[in-house]
Amino acid sequence: MFHYQFDWGIVTSGKYFEWLLSGLYTTVQLSAVSIVLAFLLGLIIAMMRMSRVLPVRWFAYGYLEFFRNTPLLVQMFFWYFGSYKLLPEAVNDVLAQTNFEFTAAVIALTIYTSAFIAEDIRSGVRSIPKEQMEAARSSGFSYIRAMQYVVLPQAIRITIPPLINQFLNLTKNSSLAMTIGVAELTYQARQVESYTFRGYEAFTAATLVYLALSLFITGLVNLYNKMVLMRMRGE
Amino acid sequence: MDPWLDFTVIRNNLTYFFIGSYPHGNLGGVALTLYLAVTSCVISFVGGLILGLLSVSRHRAIRYPTLAVINTVRGVPLLMVIFWMYFLLPSLLGHPVPESRTVIAALALFTSAYMAEIVRAGVEGIPRGQTEAALATGLRPWQALVYVVLPQGLRNMLPSFVNQFVSLIKDTSLAYIVGVSELTQVATQVNNRSMVHPTEIFFFIAAVYFIICFTFTSISRRLESRLAWRKSI
Repeated sequence: MFHYQFDWGIVTSGKYFEWLLSGLYTTVQLSAVSIVLAFLLGLIIAMMRMSRVLPVRWFAYGYLEFFRNTPLLVQMFFWYFGSYKLLPEAVNDVLAQTNFEFTAAVIALTIYTSAFIAEDIRSGVRSIPKEQMEAARSSGFSYIRAMQYVVLPQAIRITIPPLINQFLNLTKNSSLAMTIGVAELTYQARQVESYTFRGYEAFTAATLVYLALSLFITGLVNLYNKMVLMRMRGE
Repeated sequence: MDPWLDFTVIRNNLTYFFIGSYPHGNLGGVALTLYLAVTSCVISFVGGLILGLLSVSRHRAIRYPTLAVINTVRGVPLLMVIFWMYFLLPSLLGHPVPESRTVIAALALFTSAYMAEIVRAGVEGIPRGQTEAALATGLRPWQALVYVVLPQGLRNMLPSFVNQFVSLIKDTSLAYIVGVSELTQVATQVNNRSMVHPTEIFFFIAAVYFIICFTFTSISRRLESRLAWRKSI
């Protein structure tokens, strides 16, 4: 079927190996920065979504639905190509000094993922019996403090497996950053392919790295389930 | 920069955004986006059903390889699957493959793996007593699965299938990368031509995607609450 001589040496050592390695580094960096920001933003949006102040709740609802129902790629293009018109001149000047491709990718990934994380956190909070909140309120906690010290700590513990899952999605989604010129793993694989015409080797290497990352992250979920959730259930 | 946002670029290219250069040229824009989504949805529904049923087989020789395929596809980004199809399909088939076919193949394979997980969860959610009763009446194991368990499971799976279709619509935007002129590709073309209206253009197509996807998300929610109601009685 194939009349193709594989040359694996090309991706296991030398210049092209280093390209792929730097791509992996950027992928990990991009995902790590974005997941932390997405978690914080998602937490805020989830709290706003459950607020008793109507305009706040509506804003959070609009935010969630809009960012969950539009493609990440379009959001990435919007922030990369289109955000300059929405920002003040001074901010644009500062952004131009930074690595704007990376920044735009982080913004897009953060906002997109935060919408999914907020929904996960919200369903985590809803799974906590409301007596917990009532008991905390009747022992003198304010709504916010009851949330902070009683409900959220329990909810987050339940939410961690879906959160790790979102981290996995985020890592895979970070490949879209190549479209705006961030030199992450997929970008570098494509680069190696166009320099060497060794598409099979380059994409096999990148695929294996992604699989390894996925396995690692899935392993974290399993470990967490074993250690924390089982103890919570008293097994 | 005056006026601040100028949406005339949208009005001037409106038909191009929705149907591309059709009827004088190829179909594109929103119409092509929907064509890609619907075609790959139909294929991946069948693919997901087959993979999902194989993944609950009693035979390890069937179950393990199926799970390996499903988890491999789920473990890599869609972009990778598209590149793989882009390189593999022409050398497998021995002739050039149109980009839109490449994308449909990639989307179908990718979504099949996700559909398979939905099918697996749906089948496993049906009480074991159903299978036992079916076997006791003399059905073969595969008959019990296909005629008894699956029809009940499919109803529960419906909301998840619709959600997956929403993801699929969003995923068609990646066809941009191999140059298929669906909505996102059309938007970048218009953007490259007009140069100064990226904010308006990408906001507009985001809104178009939103209207389509949100419609289906709402349908899925309605289905979900109907199911919950049915279970509660």
